[in-house]
Formats: sequence, C-alpha cells, structure tokens
Amino acid sequence: MKPFRARLAAGDLLVSDGAMGTMILSKGFDTLATLESLNLEHPDILEEIAAEYIAAGADIVETNTFGASPMKLAGYGLADEAEAINRAAVKAARCAANRAGGRYVAGSVGPTGKLLEPYGDGKPSALRASFAEQIAVLAAEGVDAVFIETMTDLEEALLALGAAREVAPSIPVAVTLTFDETPRGFFTLMGQPLERAAGELKHSGADLVGTNCGNGIETMIRATAALRAAGTLPILVQSNAGLPEAAERGVVYPETPDFFRRKGEELITSGANIIGGCCGTTPEHIRALCAAGERRLS
Amino acid sequence: MNQLERIAAALEKGEVETVIELTNEALGAGLDPGRIVDDGLIAGMTVVGGLFRKHEIFLPDVLMAAKAMNGAMEIVKPLLTGGGGRGLGRVVIGTIEGDLHDIGKNLVGVMLKGAGFDVIDLGSDVSPGRFVDTAVESGASVIGMSALLTTTMANMEKAVRLVKERRLDEKIRVIVGGAPLSEEFAARIGADAYGFDASSAVERVAKLVGEATR
Ligand code: B1M
Repeated sequence: MKPFRARLAAGDLLVSDGAMGTMILSKGFDTLATLESLNLEHPDILEEIAAEYIAAGADIVETNTFGASPMKLAGYGLADEAEAINRAAVKAARCAANRAGGRYVAGSVGPTGKLLEPYGDGKPSALRASFAEQIAVLAAEGVDAVFIETMTDLEEALLALGAAREVAPSIPVAVTLTFDETPRGFFTLMGQPLERAAGELKHSGADLVGTNCGNGIETMIRATAALRAAGTLPILVQSNAGLPEAAERGVVYPETPDFFRRKGEELITSGANIIGGCCGTTPEHIRALCAAGERRLS
Repeated sequence: MNQLERIAAALEKGEVETVIELTNEALGAGLDPGRIVDDGLIAGMTVVGGLFRKHEIFLPDVLMAAKAMNGAMEIVKPLLTGGGGRGLGRVVIGTIEGDLHDIGKNLVGVMLKGAGFDVIDLGSDVSPGRFVDTAVESGASVIGMSALLTTTMANMEKAVRLVKERRLDEKIRVIVGGAPLSEEFAARIGADAYGFDASSAVERVAKLVGEATR
C-alpha cells in the first residue's frame, strides 16, 4: 500500500468515512454511557460500520476514539480504560481495512471538553499530557494517520498537535476545526480567525488542515475556499448532513446523499483533498461523495 | 460617565479586577447595592450578550464578562436586602440529561443570581427526576432547563410531563432555553416559557415566579 503521505503529495483525492456516533446509535446502541464504551463491549459493531464505509468507497476509516482521551473518559469513570479503549478501536478498524486492502486507518482525537484557562479550569499541560497518552496508544497500535478533529479552540488544537508531533513524530496529522460563519469571515468559537488557524497549524507541523462537523455541506464549501486562499497545506473536509431537526422519533439530518453528490463536486473544486462525512452522514453519503469525485466504486 | 456606567463599561471589556475595584468603590461611596447590580453589572452583561449574538465579540469575551460579574456579585450579594438573594424567588437550573453543554446555562445562572434570584445549579446531564425532586425539596418555584443538542431536547419534555404527572404545575413553572430551541418548541412540549438569551431568561423567570402559587 502506498504510504498516506505519498498519496497526499501526489495530489490524489481521498474519501474518508462518515459519521460514527449516529451510525452506532442507529444500530440500537442508544443506552451507552459513552460511545467509546462500545470498543470494549462490542468491537464487532465497529468493524461492521468500518466495512460498510469501505464498501461505499471510503479510502480512510476512522477509529471510534473521538472521546477516548483519558481526560474525556474520566468524566465517565473510564480513564483507567483509556489504553484498552483506544487499542480495541484501532484493531477493529484495522481488521476491516485489511480485509478490503489498500485502505488507511486514521486515529480520531476529539476535544477534551474543557475550556482552557483563564476561561475555564483546563491546564494546558494537563490537556497536552492527556492527548499525548491517547495518541501514543493510537500510534503504537499502528494508525496510518491521526485526525485531530472538531476543535473549537485553536489553542487546544495546537496542544493536541504538539502532543502528536512529540509522541508520534513520523505519523501524518490532520487538524480540523469547526468554524462559525460570520459577516466578517470564519471564526472558531473562541474567536480565532480561520486564516490565523491555518497559518499556526501549518507552522506547528500539521500535514493537513481542515474543517469538520459544521453547518452542512454548503458552508463547508465556503470554508474550504477560505482555507485554500489562506494556505498551501492539503485540506481535509468532513461535513455533517446539516443541523439535526427534531422529528417524531429522534432526529433527522436534512441533507440527503443526493444533495451530497451534487455539492460534493463543488467541495472538490473549492480545494478539498480529502472529503468525508461527520454527524448524520451514512455510507450512502460517502457513496455519493465518491461519485462526486468520479471515482470507481469498489 | 458615572460610577455605574464605569462598572458596566469595565464589565463589557471583561476586566475582572477593575469591575471588582469599581464595585468596592461604589459601595464605599454609599451607592445602593441593588442599583450596582441592575444598572452596572446586569446592564453591562446585557450589552455583552447582544454583541455576542451579532458575532461582534466571541465566547472568551463573554466568559470574562461572566467572570467579572461573578466576582462582583460575591461582594454585593451579602449586602442585598434579604441576605442571599433579593428574595425574588428560587430557581433550579441545569443542562438536561445527555447534554454536557453548560456554557450558556452558566451565563443564565450568573444573570439570574445577579437579578436577585436564589439559584440552585445542578450542573449538566441532569435527569428529569432530579430537576423535579430538587425543586420540590428546595421549594423552588421555577425549573430552568438548557439543551444544546437536538437529541437531548426530547428529554425536556419528560421533565415537563413529570411536573404535570406529579400535579406540581400550579407550584412549579418550567422555562427552557438553548440554541436549537424555539418559542414554538417550548409551547409544543408544554413548557411555560422559552428564553432566547440570558437577559430574556431573567425577564421570563421573573414573570413565572409571579405566576406560580406558593
Ligand atoms: C433555562 O432557561 C434558559 C434560557 C436561555 C438559555 C438557556 C436556558 N440555555 C441557553 N440559553 C440561551 O442563553 C445563552 C446566552 O445567550 C445561550 O446559550 P448557548 O449555549 O446557546 O450559547 C453559549 C453562550 C455559547 N455556545 C456554546 O457554548 C456552544 C458552542 C459549540 C461550539 C459547542 C461546544 C462549545 C461544545 N460541544 Co457541541 N458545541 C456546539 C456549539 C456550536 C456553536 N458554534 O454554537 C454544538 C451545540 N455541539 C454540537 C454537537 C453535535 C456536539 N457537541 C459536543 C461537545 C461539545 C464540547 C464538550 C466540545 C463543548 C461544550 C463545552 C461546555 N462545557 O459547554 C458533543 C456532545 C456532548 C454532549 N453529550 O453534550 C457533540 C455531539 C459532538 C460530538 N460529535 O461528540 C452541535 C449540536 C447540533 C444539534 N443541534 O444537535 C453544535 C451546534 C455544533 C455543530 N455545529 O454541529 C442561549 O441559547
């Protein structure tokens, strides 16, 4: 298999998988304390979801470790299980990837949920240590890349990136933030402009920058164009299927696979190098993104 | 600029130390604690809330303003008539079960305290049962629930139903708020009020306290 970085350097368009959380919930696991507890209880479900995304055409599957930093798991009394939870998730994704061949496994790393000082009680050194612990396990278990994602504070993203560079210097790292679109441009929740984020992440050694979750694919197209204008790193974009709306039973995400197919082309034109899904997307959305990239389905 | 305007202006800039200093000065000069809160702290916080909604300022500014308000409240609160609060009534607040977003709820809490309510904050991920039990045990007349996830909004309805099932709806009123909610959603689940932002929450809670029979 060609190394992940070589594919980026060649300018290949890659497709990543879609939502994990909403897929797990749709399989009837809606009583879990935290989605990551599934990794120890039912790793077979993770493998099943990864296989579904691969069958839909995904080149990259992510591990179910978004909330598996020790600091985040501590909220559920699971900090001691962090290593086992991260290991199990990589194993499950790797099994599905190996079966298909030629697919990459990306280790997902999400926010700690703490606000950094002085706004909250998060100590930078403690956040960084928590990220380092998680990423070291992901790396040891053999992920092809680390995706630091859904960050709302550039400072926290930089702590995670610094940790990755320290404990896994040879593994490619992507960092995606969620941005709010304002009349003055795109900003993180903490008010850092997109342009500054792109610059600082590049400077600190990210292989890819990008945006995920968000507010539907159309906003993502505009954010991607802004990222393209702001810098030269490859761009990773994982859009949600719009903001969920309350329905009779549970919630529905408004954006359909067909909409993703139509808008996916614009996303690629606006400069995205890896495209995929976030909350509310399904294997059908990923199939649609693959079609948008005029790629041959497996 | 008079002293109260200075307090409001410093609060808008998130200058925690200055707000506390100016508040102490105002008290030293014999200004009425109630007016310091209303025309200084709350006035400033209302401006901050409006600017945030318009994306003119960002969350850190709001959080620093809230910190300043909290700091000043600690000094002023014991001096307000009625000791703890101004006897306006007791409110139980929290983020609904399954939801960990507490930033907005905390701001609402700060503003309610500032306005003179006695606030019991249950934190986040609070079950409907705990909301209702706490309100009953503490004799609160209002339950205030916050939700930021479309998936957890439904749990608010359970709490509203519980209040009705336990025939507490004469004594306890329910207000809900949070970004994905609307006036219409609040009405549909049978809540008594919807709070668009922290200042509107204060207005609505004041009205609800008046309605609830004790
Ligand atoms: C009682 O009466 C009242 C009256 C008025 C009331 C009230 C009560 N409560 C609020 N108000 C009102 O007054 C306040 C002041 O004006 C206002 O409060 P707000 O809370 O609206 O506003 C706050 C002052 C500022 N706003 C916020 O604090 C929310 C900001 C965003 C960025 C956000 C944050 C910060 C976080 N998040 Co989350 N997060 C997002 C948000 C996206 C965005 N940019 O808005 C949102 C809300 N998150 C979302 C999601 C999906 C998630 N988040 C999650 C986690 C987190 C963090 C932990 C990282 C963090 C929370 C930290 C914390 N301690 O609160 C996860 C869920 C965790 C959980 N179980 O709760 C997770 C599921 C992500 C994941 N895949 O794991 C989305 C919700 C979509 C939906 N509608 O369901 C989201 C809109 C982002 C997005 N674009 O997709 C009013 O609404």
